[in-house]
Amino acid sequence: MRDAIIRYGLLAVLVICAVAFPKVFTNPAVTNYGVFAMIYVTVASAWNLFSGNSGYIMLGQAVFYGSGAYALGLMASGWNVTGTMVFALLPLVGLIGAGIALVFGLIALHVRRHTFIVITIAVFFIFQTMAFNFGFTHGTQGLNSPFLNWPESGYNTPFYYIALAFAIGTIAIAWLIRRSRFGLQLRAIRDDEDRARGLGVKAFRVKIAALVISGVITSMIGGIWFYYLNQVQPQTGFDPLFDLTIVLMAFLGGYGTIAGPVLGALIVEPGTTWLNIQVSNGYVSEIILGGVFLVVILLMPRGIIPTAGERIRKLRTRGRPAVITAVSVPARGDAPPQPPEPPGSEKVGAAQ
Amino acid sequence: MARELYQAIVDGILVGGVYALMAVGLTLIFGVLDIINIAQGVLVILGAYLSYTLFTDLHIDLFIGLLITVPAMFILGVVIHAAFIRWLRDTERTAMTLLVTYAVALIIEGALYWKYGANPVQVNTPYDSPSESVRVFGFYIQDLYIYGFILAVALVVAIYALLFRTRFGRAVRATMLDESSARLVGIEVNRVAALTFGIGVAVTAAGGMLYGATNAFNANSGYDLISRLLAIVILGGLGSIGGALAAAVFMITLESVVTIWQPNWAILVFYVALILVLLLRPQGMLGRKAVRSA
Repeated sequence: MRDAIIRYGLLAVLVICAVAFPKVFTNPAVTNYGVFAMIYVTVASAWNLFSGNSGYIMLGQAVFYGSGAYALGLMASGWNVTGTMVFALLPLVGLIGAGIALVFGLIALHVRRHTFIVITIAVFFIFQTMAFNFGFTHGTQGLNSPFLNWPESGYNTPFYYIALAFAIGTIAIAWLIRRSRFGLQLRAIRDDEDRARGLGVKAFRVKIAALVISGVITSMIGGIWFYYLNQVQPQTGFDPLFDLTIVLMAFLGGYGTIAGPVLGALIVEPGTTWLNIQVSNGYVSEIILGGVFLVVILLMPRGIIPTAGERIRKLRTRGRPAVITAVSVPARGDAPPQPPEPPGSEKVGAAQ
Repeated sequence: MARELYQAIVDGILVGGVYALMAVGLTLIFGVLDIINIAQGVLVILGAYLSYTLFTDLHIDLFIGLLITVPAMFILGVVIHAAFIRWLRDTERTAMTLLVTYAVALIIEGALYWKYGANPVQVNTPYDSPSESVRVFGFYIQDLYIYGFILAVALVVAIYALLFRTRFGRAVRATMLDESSARLVGIEVNRVAALTFGIGVAVTAAGGMLYGATNAFNANSGYDLISRLLAIVILGGLGSIGGALAAAVFMITLESVVTIWQPNWAILVFYVALILVLLLRPQGMLGRKAVRSA
């Protein structure tokens, strides 16, 4: 009970901080950080929705992101949509993202492990090649967004709130999925797909559904990113570094947890943006990104949230018999998914 | 037209031999360590830059330079394995190793940008001039392609001999089949893994030299290479050496033929073939059985 109060209190404080952020820091250079941080919180959480829960590591999340950006740009220019009306196109962008995710899943989800990862890389490069070579995507020039006549000083703030809304929405979806039978089925697939299948989980359908949800969110936030920057090129919309950065965020914070990708995004995105401003050479941030990644995986393979959670639990239970610890863990409800629910539990078995 | 086609096929086979060499390294590493080395592409570029530096600064012949670069890359491979890969033992190992090698690739790529800048370079070899070419069946082929092909075939044969004619090779194949059983019969799996990783990386020195002598490259070319190599090893069946050889020659030839009509879209041949094969035959063209039965 006390834990729950503390947890919801902390959550409320965090939300208030996030909402108040652009009121406190009005400098556009600072709010720019905020917009990007929220965009990446959304993408990392969306990535985690599918990959973190199902265990299928997606190294082509930029397929959705870039497609969303291009879809918004093409629709806006094709139908002469301008100003704030452009945001009304976002549901259509999401629909396109869903279509891409569906086809992607139908092709790639037949294979597992390494092969799946390689397929996601291949699909990613197919999309990049298409963006470079199709006539309507304008090759290396890319697309420009319609003009948005918002005042220069307050330009970032509305984008910040839109991205924040997406971030909160994605986290809420992640939370709902975690508590649902659907989430349990996904995690059963991650632990042992064959056994989950044997227990009646419609694995293929469940995986595709998760991928589609992830794709819809990512393509929509990709459209917002495009409208915020006013431009997209094949190498920025479909960026291999983007794919890796998202995965780094999730692994840094805690792969498969809800708070992990959020924390990871809040650390990595402002960090890399700041670094890119400090050192104008892209390669330095590339080396640092790779180095941080190596350190994280070697020293903290499970990420900050699960590792810290374990530490805190150890501290709180210090001096008490080990048996009590083992009993008190499940009672805490939102504990990290270690040990995972055995796929043979009743809920999964009933999911037919 | 027909002439262009034949030329494309000949080129494809010759270049395919070089890709086969790089792909064998990748598939060997997969077979023994159960990881995909994403850094293979950028390691090829590193090999290319090493040969480039030896040639332009020290005027060492490309093929003689391999005596330096191959051992250097072997040591680098062993070091990467010892420093990062050996420690990964977890349920999420598949993902972890991919990400670790991806991170290693990023660091090497960044370091190459730092040292050499972003402008593409090409090794201007004496083998490269138009006068240095031979006429085979009415086609002019540059010496470099011939020598390169011979070198690639020789190295692939050497790896094959190493795997199938030596005690170490038997240990490697045993580890590929079943790691814990190999451990039980007294094979030092860790050492086998380290040496295999070293060999898999060492071939990129030779592959990189040939790549750098026939293509303009910069640090970014690693992405293009790794995506091709991944398509090749998956097509051939992960862990299958024969499959990697066949897929490399087949895919590069196909790409070279498609380039005649559609230079911009030719790269898609790889991915489309990859997706088609996986839909029809998820274990790849030759699957993993090729290694076991051989």
